[in-house]
Amino acid sequence: MMRAPDFRYHAARSVKDAARALKDGGPDAMLIAGGTDLVPNLKRRQQTPALLIGIRHLRELRRIRNGKGLMIGGAVRLSEVAADRKVLRHYPALARAAGLVATPQIRNMGTLGGNLCLDTRCTYYNQSYEWRQAINFCMKAPGATGGHACATPTGDAICWVATSSPRCWAVSSTDTAPALIALGARVTLVSSDGERDIPLEELYADDGMAYLTKSADEILTVVHLPPEDAAVRSTYWKLRRRGSFDFPVLGVAAAVRFGEGNTVSDARVVLGAVASHPVLVPESAELVGRRLTDDVVEAFADAAAAHAKPMDNTDLALGWRKKVARRYVAGALRELKEAHAAK
Amino acid sequence: MKVVGQARRRVDARAKVTGQTRFADDVVLPRMLYGKLLRSAHPHALIVEIAASAARAAPGVHLVLTGADFPTAYGIMPVSQDEHALCRGKVRYVGDPVAAVIAASEREAADALALIRVTYEPLATIASPEEALRTAEPRIQDYGEGPNLHRLAHFAFGDVEPALAGADQVFEDVFFYQGSTHLSLEQHATVAALDADGRLTLWSSTQTPHYLHRELARALDMPAHHIRVIATPNGGGFGGKSDPFNHEIVAAKAALVTGRPVKITLTREEVFYAHRGRHPVLMRLKTGVRQDGTIVAMDLETLLDGGAYGSYGPASTLYTGQLQTVTYHVPRYRFRACRAFTNKPPCGPKRGHGTPQPRFAQEVQLDKIAVALGRDPADLRLQQLAPANSVTANWLTIGSMGLKPCIERVVQGSAWRERRGQLPFGRGLGMACSSYLCGAGLPIYWNEMPHSGVQLQLDRSGRVTVFCGATEIGQGSDDVLAAIIAEVLGLETTDIKLVTGDTDLTPVDLGSYSSRVTLMMGNAAIQAAERAKAILSASAGQKLGLPAERVAFADRRVFDVENPSAGMAFQEAVVAAEVEHGTLGTTGSYRPPRSAARYRGGGVGPSVAYSYTAAVVEVEVDPATGWVRVSKVWIGHDIGRVINPVLARGQVEGGVYMGLGEALMEEQAFRRLPPRLSSALVHKIPSMLEYKSPTALEMPEVVTYFIEDPDPSGPFGAKEVGQGPLLPIAPAVANAVFDAVGVRVDQVPITPDLVLAALGAKAKGKSGRVGPEAFPAVPWPEALVVPPPWEGGNGKAINEPAKSRDALPTHHSGTAGVKV
Amino acid sequence: MSPRRDARKARIALTVNGEERDVVFAGYKTLLEVLREDLGLTGTKHGCELGECGACAVLVDGQPVLSCLLLAVECAGADVTTVEGLARGPALSLLQAAFADKGAAQCGYCTPGILVTAQALLERKAHPTRAEIAEALSGNLCRCTGYLQIFEAVEEAARAEPHAQGPAAGRPHVRTEAGA
Ligand SMILES: Cc1cc2nc3c(=O)[nH]c(=O)nc-3n(C[C@H](O)[C@H](O)[C@H](O)COP(=O)(O)OP(=O)(O)OC[C@H]3O[C@@H](n4cnc5c(N)ncnc54)[C@H](O)[C@@H]3O)c2cc1C
Ligand code: SF4
Ligand code: FES
Ligand code: FES
Repeated sequence: MMRAPDFRYHAARSVKDAARALKDGGPDAMLIAGGTDLVPNLKRRQQTPALLIGIRHLRELRRIRNGKGLMIGGAVRLSEVAADRKVLRHYPALARAAGLVATPQIRNMGTLGGNLCLDTRCTYYNQSYEWRQAINFCMKAPGATGGHACATPTGDAICWVATSSPRCWAVSSTDTAPALIALGARVTLVSSDGERDIPLEELYADDGMAYLTKSADEILTVVHLPPEDAAVRSTYWKLRRRGSFDFPVLGVAAAVRFGEGNTVSDARVVLGAVASHPVLVPESAELVGRRLTDDVVEAFADAAAAHAKPMDNTDLALGWRKKVARRYVAGALRELKEAHAAK
Repeated sequence: MKVVGQARRRVDARAKVTGQTRFADDVVLPRMLYGKLLRSAHPHALIVEIAASAARAAPGVHLVLTGADFPTAYGIMPVSQDEHALCRGKVRYVGDPVAAVIAASEREAADALALIRVTYEPLATIASPEEALRTAEPRIQDYGEGPNLHRLAHFAFGDVEPALAGADQVFEDVFFYQGSTHLSLEQHATVAALDADGRLTLWSSTQTPHYLHRELARALDMPAHHIRVIATPNGGGFGGKSDPFNHEIVAAKAALVTGRPVKITLTREEVFYAHRGRHPVLMRLKTGVRQDGTIVAMDLETLLDGGAYGSYGPASTLYTGQLQTVTYHVPRYRFRACRAFTNKPPCGPKRGHGTPQPRFAQEVQLDKIAVALGRDPADLRLQQLAPANSVTANWLTIGSMGLKPCIERVVQGSAWRERRGQLPFGRGLGMACSSYLCGAGLPIYWNEMPHSGVQLQLDRSGRVTVFCGATEIGQGSDDVLAAIIAEVLGLETTDIKLVTGDTDLTPVDLGSYSSRVTLMMGNAAIQAAERAKAILSASAGQKLGLPAERVAFADRRVFDVENPSAGMAFQEAVVAAEVEHGTLGTTGSYRPPRSAARYRGGGVGPSVAYSYTAAVVEVEVDPATGWVRVSKVWIGHDIGRVINPVLARGQVEGGVYMGLGEALMEEQAFRRLPPRLSSALVHKIPSMLEYKSPTALEMPEVVTYFIEDPDPSGPFGAKEVGQGPLLPIAPAVANAVFDAVGVRVDQVPITPDLVLAALGAKAKGKSGRVGPEAFPAVPWPEALVVPPPWEGGNGKAINEPAKSRDALPTHHSGTAGVKV
Repeated sequence: MSPRRDARKARIALTVNGEERDVVFAGYKTLLEVLREDLGLTGTKHGCELGECGACAVLVDGQPVLSCLLLAVECAGADVTTVEGLARGPALSLLQAAFADKGAAQCGYCTPGILVTAQALLERKAHPTRAEIAEALSGNLCRCTGYLQIFEAVEEAARAEPHAQGPAAGRPHVRTEAGA
């Protein structure tokens, strides 16, 4: 059996308590929510925190509330997100994305906050310690961590995906982030030093190692969705090998607000799993004021696909993934156009 | 028949649905220790030194073992005894075990592994058979038929050259069938313990307790009768638990040294290293046909990527060609095969052992022939089926042959005649057929003893206990055994007490491989049961005042056939017999008849019967992405006789499932890092997440037809169903993709990028084919010439070469000294 | 061998198959390890220990979850149902009986995880469609059956009698087959 290393465990009594414990624990402390990302990483020794701070039980993080828009607590389970009536009706992209994560059992455990903070992925990295030893590790997880060092690690300065690259290209693989960014969500981050609110896209950095801009002791407590808007259509398309289990090798989230005469009055298209961060397609803004005719859709799909930079570190052939990105973007936009027309 | 053919709850179902089935890792013994294996991080290296003192001193550690503790080589086949429980002097793939720690807990054992320092001297690596052909040094193994070539074979069953020259058309294609692994849900586990008498008992998830028993005796240098192997029910096998494994021998040794029970359970990643899965095979197939598509000669070359050890390789090599002749009539046949060593986990037998690969080649090529000649692929097949009760060009004896009705049923069920070639672009139907063994005609090691034995014990309580070495791996062998005994003795399966897969208690059965159990165990069981029946009939007849011939058995009674009300309970009949004869017991055994193939290599392929399968697969292909979705499968299987329809259908559907996995997604893939930076050569995806196995959402509807044409050599006429139904699936998918979008993918898995690439090429006016382009030059040996029956042969080669090949290798271990 | 390190032990109380259990275990363990190794409930299986196969599924508070990803220290107060808790007394539950009769268990290794997952489905939805069954079981790999007989068994159990909503306490309502 794969087994976790030793750790101390603290069941947080409140967000405040968790924030304090996180701060006191310093770099050796980590939050654990559903544990569906962290526990495999413990067992494979990608992460070996001395202290785990459990937040899965915190009531204050497990609520879905109405405010100015919808407020979803950081520890709400993905299965609850996917089944929530309001989410289903007004934020279908999120319901879809949450409902397509992993497997039914994992969605009963995994949380929305955990999904947004999900570690980036790479087939050179999501491997056991012993496997990584056989490639002499890589810069994202140098071999010295965890006190398991065996051979002297020398690969800790290299990225095997792009060997002359100074950075890590591990892939942002969260399904809900693209959907939430497309929907214009903001998140609240709480630490013992205070609290702040940022647009979700600002949580992410284009770096496979330092993929979150938040500091390590900040807790994602709430996801805020903008007020429901009957003119907005949204969807999420996920590409993967199997209908279950698999992480996305491409996610396309699109939210479009239709105005007068079926013209676009606002649009946000986000690509997931094509880079180290979710990519908000800049050309989305250029859709405003236009109708989603075939020409417009195709031209936009070309532009969007240009932002997809698949690397050889996920499932399925990379050249093919890029081609499909184009088709998925076009497909998602057409779906929204048809949904709007059907109304 | 009251039991055979009836849908029944299988005898072991209750245990399985209540969680009571005790799999190997569920065995827990007092004072048990846990072992973990340190595996090589190098694909190919000499072991210079192993420093284990820190590990020995680590918390909880009881014992550290290294190759020095295992001087004796072993291996499943007598001709490739090239394994040691822990490597001696040299490692040959990433994952090759070099040391073991036995500790009070599994975590402590794992922690201590990290304290062992191994100094390696890396060697150049070989990643593919093509590379093996080019590389004379360094050698992965110091035996073989070429520097890095394990086996080479060349058979000429008649002279193909003139036949090809005289053919109306010759079709030549190169195909590639990717390697895949069994992925049994249960990871291999074993527990070894000394019993109260100081003898060794090993519980293990093994499909072949008898072979494991022999190899343990060899590797541990102990008398076999001081070792007891208990095959726990396997949580899936599919061939992956048929070799003796490192961890089994290490656990046994550790129990002997520590005097305490020792458990070793592999992690999923380690199971990928234990492997013994489907060989990746490159194939060149040349077939000459007449204008109507009738085969006049076939010329097949196969190149197998064997991995680093022999395993079943000598047999696997021959299976990539030997069964090509039992489906369609092939008048002349040349078959050349080569198995190369590479620095990867060893390949071996996986469901269909060596035959799905050439089956893919042949069935796809037949489809191409049909299209080229304007024939319906179903008719092309029907017109040239190998005849029942015939002998093939390579001297295999076919008995019953029910492929025709199989084809007819799937043609009808799928509305093939109306729909093939008629569906809208993007949808298509494909067909393929196949055949498979019902048990290998020869055992793994040469002997003239039975392949399966059954003992029956009956006593005055009415108890019937059956002892048999057969191994339950999920296929339902326990249920088949109970059903056969129950049928003969007029009982219910729930009346039979089974003791199976235990080398101390049960007569030998060679194991759950080559689809041999139903036929061989079944025949042994019938013999034992008939003998018991004869004893009971005589005694009961005496009591009833009837001749034994008039005594019948049914519904737990023994009675007069002509006057069923005159009789007695089964138990009373046993009492009568026990009064007359004393303690009751009978035995039965089975050994298949000698094969007609008398040439060297002719031991692989013969079977007392062959099963046949035909499948039609319907696919939907998205031309925009190349995505292939299988929407429905019709499959007809010539099973001879169904023993339990619930189980038989489960085997077919499971075979279809596994075939679809291989057709569309499963890949035992490897990654080599840029050589200027690293010598790494690793399994790319040793996990259940990234090695893609279809989920409940990928499984299409399957319509199964059984053709029951009892084969005289099977128990109640039964043939196999465990492996055959996998075989036609991958080629049927490939043919359906062609029907749907007009492109050929001549390799598996058929991934969407390949389909899209083929579509793209076709749109540009190039050939709509993707697949391997060339077959490398192989130093084929001189042909063994065996004239087919119709050319006056007698099953022997006319130029049998000197007996050198099967000699044991002289030495195995590397030369570097091991300091510990 | 040097003396064993004082392994960090943890202790929790939880309900397993309706019984309150107090258990002391090495603190790094997941619920899977505690069930199998510290509570002797080996009915729950494991095929990967990384969340990638579904063999280890159990019900926690009535919901199917993966015991290999759930740290045991987080299970204090949890109500856990394993395959051993599906039958009451000697008789099989309707679902177990259907699995036994329909060939849904071949090697039986995926069976415990699939049974508890299907049980939760039937609690939620008395008569699921084939598509709903496939979706609910899409996190449980089976290498033997090709799933079809598993689907049929779930359908058979659903047909056998409408499933009353489970009683409170999250413990699945279990009916048993007659006379088994
Ligand atoms: C087999 C398998 C398949 C999967 N497939 C998918 C998939 O298809 N798509 C997908 O998106 N994910 C997938 N996942 C990953 C994972 O299950 C989900 O992303 C899940 O939502 C993670 O949430 P969690 O609560 O379990 O996170 P945890 O494992 O508890 O935490 C993940 C990370 O986030 C941090 N964290 C957790 N909560 C917070 C918070 N509130 N504030 C700040 N930091 C926090 C943790 O410290 C940790 O670093 C898969 C996992 C497995 C094992
Ligand atoms: S992208 Fe490069 S550095 Fe990052 S995890 Fe993969 S191999 Fe390592
Ligand atoms: S053991 Fe595979 S999912 Fe838990
Ligand atoms: S029955 Fe064997 S894995 Fe499902």
